[in-house]
Amino acid sequence: MTGTSLLTLAGVSKRYPTGTLAVEGIDLALEAGDFLSLLGPSGCGKSTLLRMIAGLAEPSTGRIAWPGGAPAPRDIGFVFQEPTLMPWASAAANVALPLELGGMPRRDALARAGEWLGRVGLAGFENAYPRALSGGMKMRVSLARALVTRPRLLLMDEPFAALDEITRFKLNNDLLALWDADRFTVIFVTHSVFESVYLSRRILVLAARPGRLDADLTVDAPYPRGEAFRTSADYAGQCRAVSDALAAAMERRAA
Amino acid sequence: MKGGTGRDLGRFLAPLLVGVAVLGGWEWLVRARGIPPYVLPGPLRIGQTLISDWAPLSASLIYTLKLTVLALAVAAAAGLALALLFALSRGIERALFPYAVILQVTPIVAIAPLIIIWVNDVSISLLICAWIVAFFPILSNTTVGLNSADPNLQDLFRLYGASRWQVLWRLKLPGAMPYFLAGLRISGGLALIGAIVAEFVAGTGGAASGLAYRILESGYQLQIPRMFAALALISASGIAIFLLLSLLSHLLLRHWHESARDGERR
Repeated sequence: MTGTSLLTLAGVSKRYPTGTLAVEGIDLALEAGDFLSLLGPSGCGKSTLLRMIAGLAEPSTGRIAWPGGAPAPRDIGFVFQEPTLMPWASAAANVALPLELGGMPRRDALARAGEWLGRVGLAGFENAYPRALSGGMKMRVSLARALVTRPRLLLMDEPFAALDEITRFKLNNDLLALWDADRFTVIFVTHSVFESVYLSRRILVLAARPGRLDADLTVDAPYPRGEAFRTSADYAGQCRAVSDALAAAMERRAA
Repeated sequence: MKGGTGRDLGRFLAPLLVGVAVLGGWEWLVRARGIPPYVLPGPLRIGQTLISDWAPLSASLIYTLKLTVLALAVAAAAGLALALLFALSRGIERALFPYAVILQVTPIVAIAPLIIIWVNDVSISLLICAWIVAFFPILSNTTVGLNSADPNLQDLFRLYGASRWQVLWRLKLPGAMPYFLAGLRISGGLALIGAIVAEFVAGTGGAASGLAYRILESGYQLQIPRMFAALALISASGIAIFLLLSLLSHLLLRHWHESARDGERR
């Protein structure tokens, strides 16, 4: 694939103070506008990798470089596994937070937050408190908050893992629609083969302890993808290929 | 809906019935046994005294309430300010927190005489005593609250380059509100107790004006019904302070905190 790299990782490892090696020797070049999934079992260091890319943790060795220039705070959006909303603030105030932290006046920030709540399907819920929202709605607020600064890179750490399947499918589709419209770059951490194949253009398979890149796969299917893709034989075939790669990776590690 | 109102009625009716039964039994005992009022006055006699001696009693009530509210306000402001300082610097927390604990564990009855000797103005020394007792729950609760912000939210603030002030003001402080308010509810009662205890210690050397002084004075004069009337006013004040602070807490937290849920789940 050609294009400018947004981000490159060279020999990135992370060892915790306890001595545990979380990830080891990660090399990766991420194309701008790509939709990349990091797929692997629990404890393979996916989240650690994501935190290092976000700048929330430092690699023990190796380098993370941004060829197009170092990112400003607003250039990276992060969606956690939990919605991670401030319970004392309304949905709009939660979404407005990144803008306000960046110095935008409250009124403008709230107006922009309202637009984004509309884009994630929550128009009319501006003044609702998180307590009054369902799990899926809270995750939508979290997504709006991550996108409100129009980041170049969206990092998602198993964002839909705690949701029921119907809600997850809906959020998958809505995420794809948002991505298709703006083409920001996404790194999506998941332990679901099906979710990674449905969403991404590229899948990196990680094996556990320490987390190492084991396979680099391309999902060969055009966007926009919809329910027709989810039920196609093509989708099933790609899922099988990715499953096999994951199984092989885990077997190699066990041996 | 019907079940809800029934339960509400029960919530008020049940304690009310207990109260009426206890007071009725008390009155009956006093009359049946012919107990003289200087040993144990009945509730009716206490009520009569409350009305007949209202002028001195109400003056004392206002004095004690002023002292309590002022001590609570100072304790809330100082506790909150110190907790914020602790949140900004672990070093300051480590250096000062042990002394806050010492202040808390030293019985107020033991220090009150010293404070009354050192401070010339009796009202101010009473205020200091009440403040010492009320201060700690607010400080320790707020400190716990400020330290228990969601780590993921803290990461989010870091990601967006938030300053220490922004983290404190927009994340830690709102998150600590329920803890602060819980501390305030405890301290409300303690401030009253502190004010009363200190005045007892000051005794006849005191300002001769609070409810505790009224109790001492009535004791010396063997006006036991008036003593009980003053006691009833202290209890009523404590209950009123607790209810008011509970209401404040409910109003501030009802949108988001579980403690202020209107029992929808139950």
